[in-house]
Amino acid sequence: MMEIIVNGQPYQLDEKPGEMLADLLRYRLGLTGTKVGCNESECGACTVLLDGSPVLSCSYPAVKASGHNITTIEGLAEKKTIPDQVVKLHPLQEAFIAKGAVQCGFCIPGQIMTSYGLLLANPNPGDHDIREALKDTLCRCAGYSAISEAIMDAGAVMRGEGHITRRAVPESSLARNSVGRLADRPEAVAKVTGKAKFSDDIHFDGMLIGRAKRTYTPHAFVRSIDLSDARKIPGIRAILTAADLKHAHNHGLVVNDWPILIGIDERVRYVGDAVAIVAADSKESADEAIAAIRVVYDEQPVIDNPVLARQPGVTQLHETGNLLKHIKVRKGDVEVGFASSDLVIEHTFHTAMTDHAFIEPECSIARVNEEGRMEVYVGSQIPYSDRKQVAAAIGFSEDRVRIIGMLIGGGFGGKEDIMGQIHAALLASETGHPVKILFDRHESLLVHPKRHATQIHVKIGAKWDGRLVAVQTELYGDTGAYASLGEKVMTRATTHSIGPYESDHARADCYAMYTNNPPAGAFRGFGVTQSAFAIESLMDMLAKELGVDPIELRRKNALHVGSVTGTGQVLKDSVGLLECIEKVETELRSRVEGDPFAPRPCPDDPARVRAWGFSTAFKNTGLGGGAPDEAGADVELYEDGTLQVRTSSAELGQGLCTVLRLIVAEEMEIAAEKVDVLLSDTDLTPDGGPTTASRQTYVSGNAGLHAAREFKEAIRSVLAEKFDCEPEAIQIRGGMAVIAGQVLTLADVYQVFKEVQREPRIRTLYRAPETKPLGQGGDMHFAFSFAAQAAEVEVDTRTGEVKVLEIIAATDVGAAINPLGLAVQVEGGAVMGLGNALTEAFLTRGGKVITDRMARYRIPSITHTPEVTSFIVEHPVASGPFGAKGVGEIVSIPTTPAITNAIFNATGYRVDHLPVDQELVARHIHASKFVKPADQ
Amino acid sequence: MDSVVAARNPGDGVGPDARPVEKCRLITSTDPMTAWKQYYLPQTLSEAIQTINSCNPSCLIISGGTDLLLELTQRHRPAVENLIDVSRVIEMSAIEERDGRLFIGAAVPLKHVAANPLVNKHAQALAESTGQIGGPQVRAVGTLGGNVGHALPAGDGAISLLALDAWATITSPQGTRHVPLLDLYTGPGVSSLIPGQEIIVNFDIPVHQAGTGSAFSRVMRPQGVALPVINMAAWITVDKAIIQQASIAVGPAGPIPRRAQGLEKFLTGKTFGSSVLAEGQRILLEEVKFRSSPLRATAEYRDHLAGVLLERVLTSAWHRAVDTSYARVS
Repeated sequence: MMEIIVNGQPYQLDEKPGEMLADLLRYRLGLTGTKVGCNESECGACTVLLDGSPVLSCSYPAVKASGHNITTIEGLAEKKTIPDQVVKLHPLQEAFIAKGAVQCGFCIPGQIMTSYGLLLANPNPGDHDIREALKDTLCRCAGYSAISEAIMDAGAVMRGEGHITRRAVPESSLARNSVGRLADRPEAVAKVTGKAKFSDDIHFDGMLIGRAKRTYTPHAFVRSIDLSDARKIPGIRAILTAADLKHAHNHGLVVNDWPILIGIDERVRYVGDAVAIVAADSKESADEAIAAIRVVYDEQPVIDNPVLARQPGVTQLHETGNLLKHIKVRKGDVEVGFASSDLVIEHTFHTAMTDHAFIEPECSIARVNEEGRMEVYVGSQIPYSDRKQVAAAIGFSEDRVRIIGMLIGGGFGGKEDIMGQIHAALLASETGHPVKILFDRHESLLVHPKRHATQIHVKIGAKWDGRLVAVQTELYGDTGAYASLGEKVMTRATTHSIGPYESDHARADCYAMYTNNPPAGAFRGFGVTQSAFAIESLMDMLAKELGVDPIELRRKNALHVGSVTGTGQVLKDSVGLLECIEKVETELRSRVEGDPFAPRPCPDDPARVRAWGFSTAFKNTGLGGGAPDEAGADVELYEDGTLQVRTSSAELGQGLCTVLRLIVAEEMEIAAEKVDVLLSDTDLTPDGGPTTASRQTYVSGNAGLHAAREFKEAIRSVLAEKFDCEPEAIQIRGGMAVIAGQVLTLADVYQVFKEVQREPRIRTLYRAPETKPLGQGGDMHFAFSFAAQAAEVEVDTRTGEVKVLEIIAATDVGAAINPLGLAVQVEGGAVMGLGNALTEAFLTRGGKVITDRMARYRIPSITHTPEVTSFIVEHPVASGPFGAKGVGEIVSIPTTPAITNAIFNATGYRVDHLPVDQELVARHIHASKFVKPADQ
Repeated sequence: MDSVVAARNPGDGVGPDARPVEKCRLITSTDPMTAWKQYYLPQTLSEAIQTINSCNPSCLIISGGTDLLLELTQRHRPAVENLIDVSRVIEMSAIEERDGRLFIGAAVPLKHVAANPLVNKHAQALAESTGQIGGPQVRAVGTLGGNVGHALPAGDGAISLLALDAWATITSPQGTRHVPLLDLYTGPGVSSLIPGQEIIVNFDIPVHQAGTGSAFSRVMRPQGVALPVINMAAWITVDKAIIQQASIAVGPAGPIPRRAQGLEKFLTGKTFGSSVLAEGQRILLEEVKFRSSPLRATAEYRDHLAGVLLERVLTSAWHRAVDTSYARVS
């Protein structure tokens, strides 16, 4: 028996062998505000206070907490007795909201508890203290600067010296009543109090634990599967293999090439393939059963890179061959272009596979409900696609499957594919019990699709004055074992590989190849992260060869209204690239005397050298390429005069809830707080399409806007009938309907709808402007976002270590609907780009994963976070809601090349492999000391 | 097509008609395999010894457990019957000066070691190194005993202790022994401690005399495992601007942490300066052969960094030593 005090409440509990404190809090006491991100003491999400000191509850034995005081996120807000739900937030919770520090929200309880521990020990911490204390509490949305500001303000309040101020973020230059103003997230309070529900936070009686047996071999044929030992494990309820699949055998977002389970004599294509799934009473039983399943593999030679996959004579991993797609861009004639150029340069670049490393690992809970329908609770970026794929796998019609989207603890493109959804549904169907499949970090790293590793060759021909004449690129993309979104991703990489520049002649060829590596799919930037690194590096190399300023070179060639892109699209509006370049340049030149791209010694240590680097980028908004891009939205009026807007698109930290609320409030001319947002439920919300391609503000936002507009029409028509007047005679203003001097509130309007027996809601389907497939010319995309960034690095010339000190960013987003959310998204995107440049490499050797734990895959922490100065450029796009276009990806794309260009400027070392290897930097600087080539 | 599920009464679908019997045997979960069965938290050394005796032989001794518990939960180690957690043992929890030596309890959390005034006075290298192990949450739980017991060739705490000429007190049901730190190491990740029997009680180092100074430094890679590419600690005694005694430890330079005795000998009797440093760097590379580790560093890079770190730790230790020797004069 152990006694433990949690949030002031004493508990007497039995000791459970092997139990960690996080499990006790979450599963025994139901305090699910404490999150488990990695379960290996790396991410800090599970931080709670033990006698006031922050500890990692995921690896702290529960029994060790006996006799101690535990404080969790649930214990921070002051509970008010009447009414029970109303709480007085702790200053930290209030400050996190006011600063916009809350994004996906999954790490936030851990951030707040770590911060609380800091403030208890040090009531007045400085920036350095905060960085030290939060060093290992990771936020993948990277709201670190806002978190720091929140701690400072909360500390002041706790000392009785100050108050919490809103983060200093400018409103949109196009601000209206609601859009463009600073607003809190609708779900912010739930996220700072630990009440927000992610998939693993819900529980059903009789719920079983499901797990998949992974192959751990990258290429083989399964010859036998022996379940006899596994069946003997106590607590096992079901074991399924491919032989038990009665319906679909494969799933896939675009191509149905991904086996649900690999059967006897079928091909294993990567280490994360599943051969069996089990459901058990406990995690321990499930783990034991998985270990007890014996599989005999007939190992095959591994194809571990895309160049090898294209060689003649190698094994074809799929019936369609190893080539997923050859993607071509053709404009003019590059040979003519190169022949007429004054200077031609070329170089080959390599980028590593990278992992999303969202702090919330994948979790699906499936259950057959009382009506015999299948419900799946999952944090998914594409609920309707999950529904389709789950239905096909269990042989249900789609309307008998309901996907209930939970909050998503970071997605970044990594929660678009099926992970545990189908397996959980199959096991729930088999056992009749609810089944939960929660990946641990190891499984998450092993299984879900990554960012494509690429090899990109770029060749540029230019005139002496810097004008580009021809750009040619050749890309190899490692799409891994299965297609996922590989074709689309590599298409985007290819069409953007020419950069945001005008060139009369362009040619790009991309080979998206299947290999035996983990699949590659969507990841923030969608291929453009890779191709921007290549083209922007070569642009700097060109500037050096020509002896021109790198900013000037870009300005001379930058896309503008009227330009024709490499795919033959004439840009009609909203091309703010030149203004982005100018904003960054002005800021940069105001800070640095002389050439910002020249190396300067660090004032306190001349062996550390600083320099700035520059880059631009562009990124499409929306699916494009001829794909119909649509979103449905509902708007419904309630008795109390509030509205709800609904669509199935997902909130994954990017701020869709806030954006939809502000857009609908704007159109209806009511206070934002009067608009509620419901997302991601296939029974309750219409299909909003995939949450991908920076398309939510534009496409789902437009759907919300159109729904609100149509609802106003519906109000007019209902009132016109009731008051017997022309609909045009009715004005809807300030949340009121005005009819010939009579004023009705929305609550009154609701009553009128009821009287005339009309439902007070509307459903609309918004169709974005049509686009053309690649190769047909015309509008391949309906909008592009643009950006420029400058990064200042400091290189330790002794060790080769690189630190990013500052980033200046300018981003053309059309119009800023949600400036507070945008501010942290710009900073977070830059930090993710920094990770892509400096810390992140998902490593495999012969198809086997080396970085199979969080401890081996490092993402940026608060200690890496540079100061970010952000300028929002607003060139409205006519077809966007209030002029807005996509934001999510563009903010991250220019950062990596800005950093690597800065490294060149500081040291003369040209980074052509990502991530930056500090050893190679040191070798370049001290070339004479190194005789052997680096063997890496 | 989906009649199986539709026909089932939801919530109790474990009856024989719900699924083929051979596919799943319903056995009530009684005794699932867990990382451990019994967890002991002895409060005194004698209690710890008693627990060891009563659990013999199937027990594992842990301290903060920040590494070992992960090895258990990730099944890199077989599950154990009994875990004996010695992090609350009172005799292992003090930092005190006694008989000219500084005793540091093996169970003191790293964050307290790093912040302790005695450690900062007598063993700056140890304060610097323990302040860099893991993150703050790990340092609140992890201990110096665990850092040494884990026996990594480049444990930050261990490298500093080694340079500071630390000894360790080990106890077990068989008795107590007092050994030089290096005697605890047999190979990478393998200590000479008898598993399930021996406990590191504390470490002791000579207290700071006027004219002594120590320092620690390391270089990490931003990618991959958070282990140092190379780390180094120095402890020197300076009198009248002459190095009287030098002690340099470096890792990873072989299966276990090591001292650079040739370098130590060379430095003794010298005044620190650029030519001594250059010659010292040469001697260090002559006696210590760094190796390449895939994905982390080549031997050549480590050679280069060894020179960088030697300059860093010697410069820092020299200034600290000279500052205190001036203090003595004045």
